[in-house]
Amino acid sequence: MNLVFEAGRITGNLVVLPETEQRFEDDMVNFDFPRERSLKLKEVMGYDRHRIAGERTCVSDLAGFGLRTLAERGLLDVASLDALIVVTQTPDYWIPPTSCVLHGALGLREDALCLDITQGCAGFIVGLMEALQWLRQPHIRKVALVTADVLSRRISPKDRNSYPLTGDAAAITLVERAEPGVQVHGCLKFDGKRSAALQIPAGGCRLPSSPETALLQDCGDHNLRALDHLRMDGTAVFNFVMNDVPPMIEALLAAAGRTRDDIDYFLFHQPNRFMLRKLAERLQVPYERVPDWVTGTWGNSNSVTIPAALAGTLGAGAQTNRYTVCFAGFGVGLTWGGLVMPLERLAFNDVVDYREP
Amino acid sequence: MRLLTDIRPDADFSASRDFLKDGMLDSFDLVALVSGLDSRFGIAIPGVEIVPENFGSLDAIEALVRRQLARR
Repeated sequence: MNLVFEAGRITGNLVVLPETEQRFEDDMVNFDFPRERSLKLKEVMGYDRHRIAGERTCVSDLAGFGLRTLAERGLLDVASLDALIVVTQTPDYWIPPTSCVLHGALGLREDALCLDITQGCAGFIVGLMEALQWLRQPHIRKVALVTADVLSRRISPKDRNSYPLTGDAAAITLVERAEPGVQVHGCLKFDGKRSAALQIPAGGCRLPSSPETALLQDCGDHNLRALDHLRMDGTAVFNFVMNDVPPMIEALLAAAGRTRDDIDYFLFHQPNRFMLRKLAERLQVPYERVPDWVTGTWGNSNSVTIPAALAGTLGAGAQTNRYTVCFAGFGVGLTWGGLVMPLERLAFNDVVDYREP
Repeated sequence: MRLLTDIRPDADFSASRDFLKDGMLDSFDLVALVSGLDSRFGIAIPGVEIVPENFGSLDAIEALVRRQLARR
């Protein structure tokens, strides 16, 4: 569905990374593959390093650290927040919502709204659309969009297909009321028939976690996973990205009245370098305008990868320069969507390390 | 063939009639193979062509490369 928003713009972006970094060479000892095959994969996919949260670190720890950092730096008065949206698939608890946990930890106003959104690779897009919708309300002027996941907790370290690319992270993206005339075009699509392509089979009500669901099994591809772990049909996901995402982006650009050349950066979800380069080729956009470095440097942190690409690619440049960007997320659901929007005069666009207590 | 044996030195490709059905290449091996073909022949195999039927045999792979060379 094509969507148009007129109420808001991004005014700041901060990414929080756990300080613990793992290297692909260290992960390799867990894989049941010859060293040479794993090294070849590293070269092609761009695997190198990824950030992993400590065993006790939760989404609200990473996000709370980010929000407090902004407050300490004088970049955010938490009392001014009218709404807090948390996008995560690894909440602190089943009940209550992580946004409410953060609301309490930060002492937000009682009339500051809270919402959790269960979304993955397209979560930043879905959350940003929700923030833009809320900003149409007369009493909502500032929304903190938190994207955060500690997905490494649900990936088997013996799964060469998923573990080396996974990273933990959080991002706080401030979205505020814009001056009239700022128009943001979006597109969002779903196909639940293909939802099993990315799935954690156990741990929900359908199949509760048990000693049996924690048992590692060879899935026939030399990767050991339990039913409690993420399962990804790599071929199905790749075909989905190549077949469904480019037409969505082309339609989005057309709806926004833009051409590929009008877009300074295509800030996409970061599955791996190979897929992003094939996407760039398909869209006929130079690699330089489709950043693909996030997974190999920080890991694929699910809904955080787009704000991570924004912070790491544009950095402080977004505080002084004006860019037109195309965001796009695609994955879990299956969900795919994008937004074309201007970025200018961000108050901050930075990255901080989270130190485990 | 050398690209294939570089990726899977343990596999006997000459004994297979379908590399994927016989389990000689998984989806990540395909990624390595495509990357190798792209750089070896100076082509960019489109993502939509990275489907099992184009990688089941040497003939299929050769036909895929020839199509991309013709498009240059």
